[in-house]
Amino acid sequence: MKDSKMATAEKKERQSRGNVNINKDRCKGCGFCVEFCPTHALRFSEDFNALGYHYPVRLEEAACTGCDQCGAFCPDFAIFGYRYKSHT
Amino acid sequence: MTESVVTDHTKQETISADQNRVELCEKNPAEDFLRMDRIPHIWCPGCGIGTSVNAFVRALIEAKVDRSKLCVVSGIGCSGRVSGYLNVDAFHTTHGRAIPFATGLKLANPELTVVVYSGDGDLSAIGGNHLVHAARRNIDIKVVCVNNFIYSMTGGQAAPTTPMGTIASTAPYGFCEYALNLPHFVEACGATYIARWTTFHVRQLQKSMQESFAKKGFTFIEVIAPCPTLYGRRNQYRQGVDEMKMFKEVSRREKDIETRDAEIKPGEKIVIGKFVDRERETWLESMQHHYKEVLGDAYYPYTGAMI
Repeated sequence: MKDSKMATAEKKERQSRGNVNINKDRCKGCGFCVEFCPTHALRFSEDFNALGYHYPVRLEEAACTGCDQCGAFCPDFAIFGYRYKSHT
Repeated sequence: MTESVVTDHTKQETISADQNRVELCEKNPAEDFLRMDRIPHIWCPGCGIGTSVNAFVRALIEAKVDRSKLCVVSGIGCSGRVSGYLNVDAFHTTHGRAIPFATGLKLANPELTVVVYSGDGDLSAIGGNHLVHAARRNIDIKVVCVNNFIYSMTGGQAAPTTPMGTIASTAPYGFCEYALNLPHFVEACGATYIARWTTFHVRQLQKSMQESFAKKGFTFIEVIAPCPTLYGRRNQYRQGVDEMKMFKEVSRREKDIETRDAEIKPGEKIVIGKFVDRERETWLESMQHHYKEVLGDAYYPYTGAMI
């Protein structure tokens, strides 16, 4: 599953149209953002945050569209997406 | 050679644009409506109540609801804690009595937008009678019912909304009763707007909440939420994400759906969507209309006890 995600991410050599802002210490590691990101641009970190959970980090090789789907899913208000100014 | 230079250049541009934008976007848009001194909240990892609150706050922002005329009332239970986390006028009532409290608020000050944010156990079990009569009278309150199929806060006892055959702490061999079909029940009582979404359908849920703010009368939105700690763990959904994946697979949105087909059974489809959108006279309007007819000029129209 992870490999296929990576493969699709590598195929799409698109430029990111946005990015995500992650507040890692608020995250409880539920994984909604990582699982349901439309472009698979997130993964779990290997480190732990202050609460002891694996927080999401942005995959640099995958294109983020800044759709804010992760922000809409997040139960802990720890992540949100935004578009770059030139693309809005 | 030139190509590589070009890509480097675009990358640099992206990073610089990124840094500029981050300075502008440091704050989560939902933070304005939350009491940030209470966050992180007490809900378990994978719980869907936080997601529904996120959709609710986004709907408040999008619908441009006047914060000084908004009041959120919640009952007891996991979702009862919503009122404590929202930075608006809010009240945490006794068990099942969120709707009577909201009725009083609305009738004392009809200018208020009153939202009842509570769970399935609070609204349909202990407060079931109040739900019936508030919907029958068509009192102008917005009800958001977070349905996680179980009494979560008290330890996972079977609720009226627990689907038949699922395992709960008071039903270790499976629950043997028919589940309450909330949209059908509320439609029969006379609500003007009824919708059901799962926490997987966040955008639709947000839009539905926005619509309900513009709607006059008793509105009812059922939000089906995962509860990994007390429901999912006993029913093959170990984590909240597993239950969300199940919602994604089994939920169906069909044309011309009727609430009678919206019963939830384990392993079968979950019917979602907007079921009812109709116009009815609210309780205050019908009261004024009636007394004006009966008493004529002797009747002074009621405009609220607070003015």
